[in-house]
Amino acid sequence: MAEKLTIGKALNLGLRRALEADPKVLIMGEDVGKLGGVFRITDGLQKDFGEERVIDTPLAESGIIGTAVGLAIRGYRPVCEIQFDGFVYPAYDQIVSQVAKMHYRSQGRVKMPMVIRIPFGGGIGAVEHHSESPEAYFAHTAGLKVVSCATPEDAYVMIQQAVASDDPIVFLEPKRRYYEKGDVEVDADLAGAYPLHASRVARPGTDVTVLAYGPMVRTALDAANAASADGRELEVIDLRTLSPLDLDPVFESVRRTGRCVVVHEAPSNVGLGAELAARITEQCFYSLEAPVLRVTGYDTPYPAARLEEEFLPDLDRVLDAVDRTFGW
Amino acid sequence: MTKGRGAGGESAPEFVQLLTPDGERIDKVTGADGVEYTVDFTDDEYRGLYRDLVVVRKLDAEATALQRQGELGIWASLLGQEAAQVGSGRALRQQDMAFPTYREHGVLYCRGIDPIMPLSLFRGVDHGAWDPNQFRFNMYTIVIGAQTLHATGYAMGITKDGKVGNDDGEAVIAYFGDGASAQGDVNEAFIWASVFNAPIVFFCQNNQYAISEPIEKQTRVPLYQRASGFGFPGVRVDGNDVLASYAVTRAALDHARHGQGPTLIEAYTYRMGAHTTTDDPTRYRMAGEVESWQARDPIARVRAFIAKQQIAGDDFFTEVDELARRESLALRERVLAMPDPDPLTIFEHVYPHGSPLIDSQRQGFAEYMDSFEGSSH
Ligand SMILES: Cc1ncc(C[n+]2csc(CCOP(=O)(O)OP(=O)(O)O)c2C)c(N)n1
Repeated sequence: MAEKLTIGKALNLGLRRALEADPKVLIMGEDVGKLGGVFRITDGLQKDFGEERVIDTPLAESGIIGTAVGLAIRGYRPVCEIQFDGFVYPAYDQIVSQVAKMHYRSQGRVKMPMVIRIPFGGGIGAVEHHSESPEAYFAHTAGLKVVSCATPEDAYVMIQQAVASDDPIVFLEPKRRYYEKGDVEVDADLAGAYPLHASRVARPGTDVTVLAYGPMVRTALDAANAASADGRELEVIDLRTLSPLDLDPVFESVRRTGRCVVVHEAPSNVGLGAELAARITEQCFYSLEAPVLRVTGYDTPYPAARLEEEFLPDLDRVLDAVDRTFGW
Repeated sequence: MTKGRGAGGESAPEFVQLLTPDGERIDKVTGADGVEYTVDFTDDEYRGLYRDLVVVRKLDAEATALQRQGELGIWASLLGQEAAQVGSGRALRQQDMAFPTYREHGVLYCRGIDPIMPLSLFRGVDHGAWDPNQFRFNMYTIVIGAQTLHATGYAMGITKDGKVGNDDGEAVIAYFGDGASAQGDVNEAFIWASVFNAPIVFFCQNNQYAISEPIEKQTRVPLYQRASGFGFPGVRVDGNDVLASYAVTRAALDHARHGQGPTLIEAYTYRMGAHTTTDDPTRYRMAGEVESWQARDPIARVRAFIAKQQIAGDDFFTEVDELARRESLALRERVLAMPDPDPLTIFEHVYPHGSPLIDSQRQGFAEYMDSFEGSSH
């Protein structure tokens, strides 16, 4: 049965299903209990599953992830909430040096079936540290997988798939899109669901391939609608999985369109766009009519809220890049 | 001492108190650290403290209102914590240095700093943009606990510069919350300060909550007792008592400036309002709890004391209210007049020596913006 849910509510329901499906699943983080998290993603879960499974932790991110490592060794499946992107860094050492390497270090004897949920990205008018896009740090780290959802349907399914996976997964939630609504098949069987580590064409097109993930998928789709009015059909691909990347659909698309624009909020320097451009150039060199262009945040710290509209990629900047791929 | 559950237990905590909630003056009291605390204020000084408390609360209320009206992006109210902030803030000497969190508007005011200074941050105009050394007041720090290490390092610098050991010595005060006490950074700061005998006072405002989490989620012992494990004294003070907050902080700062090392002060207080304007405390605490703290209001007791001791009459209270009203109106007008930043400033100050990457992005951005000139955008 399809229900209209927001991304936030879909995540909430997905977490509820995950808690029901496996008694080893735990939720831990700051304010995730009574408050239900500052974005209410865990709303009502402590009430229904108890304080033993939905745990308000002390205010220490390294502690959240470090103890989750121990709980995972003990056989639990911790789902850790980091309150905002900019507060994951106290846990960075635990994530990069422990979570990511445990399986390799133990030659497969220890798994880290952990999900690290991070509301990420800007556009909410917040103060410093509340609008960052740290995906490249994690995608650069072997041993971690990184995904991002962009729709309520994906939010609902992907969070359950991530919890069920034995890989440690950084799960990036597009916080400014939490309140966007869409249809969710709430009764669908996970077994038949679209795979977690697969990209997907969000809108077919013929003229330019636009790659996006998380909050920028909506932006890319808006740009595609605007371009269509001007007679250009953009094919928007929602990457969904940032590490590992699933690029076959991307290569197939770029070979058809000959043009590609990558959009992300994170700065460009050594970002995901750079990796995408390199891989596309390697695989689609003879099909390309123009270099792969990037529309990204600038290589500055995230600015004060009254400047974020200028900082963030928007419809106009995507269309500008699309134009430039034709000007080559 | 509260037995059993530790901090946050049901029974009233033992702490240094010099003014009861009813406005009765306690002459002197010995803290858990064995130090005898008292204050010796003139009538003028009592009136000054009252004035600070009232103005600070009024300015805070104005900022909350500005946020409600969309003029600030967010506001972190200090309501209920005025005494801890005014008491400790007034205890600082000119040469001392403060490292605030994002809630220390009262300390800022007592440092003689224009209260408009942090509002650009909350309005989303900048990230702080003031010179910590000029004001002897670091920028607000939002990442919980980080500033306690900065404060400790700064204090280590004071020692290196030979600026400790007498009445003119310098001392540092690091503010943080009860939630922050769980952070690795804060515990490392305690270790550094202890090992290097740094001239620092760790001032923890235990306002009973870290957003929705009550103090029991952070500790099993009263926070001030943590100090002994790190090797320096800890003391709990009634954070709703401006006199005791002043006395304890003054003594700890003097201890530090004389080269005798760090102190942890736990100011036992209560966050009367929401965590910030985005928070909804009705989801996690009872109205009755808030009411019980209302009876311990930090301002009412000073007013009662001043009235009872005939330190001032009704005229004075009216005058102070009028002053607070004027200051808050002035603040409002200046917030409304604050210009939005020029978009090109996004690219300023990333590095002292600049970067060709930023230069080219700035230029690209400027050209892109120019392309809209005269168009429908
Ligand atoms: C490292 C980090 N994690 C999480 C947050 C989000 N956050 C902001 S304030 C806060 C609670 C702080 O509580 P406390 O230290 O008691 O200070 P208070 O706000 O009560 O004054 C949290 C979790 C943050 N700012 N920094």
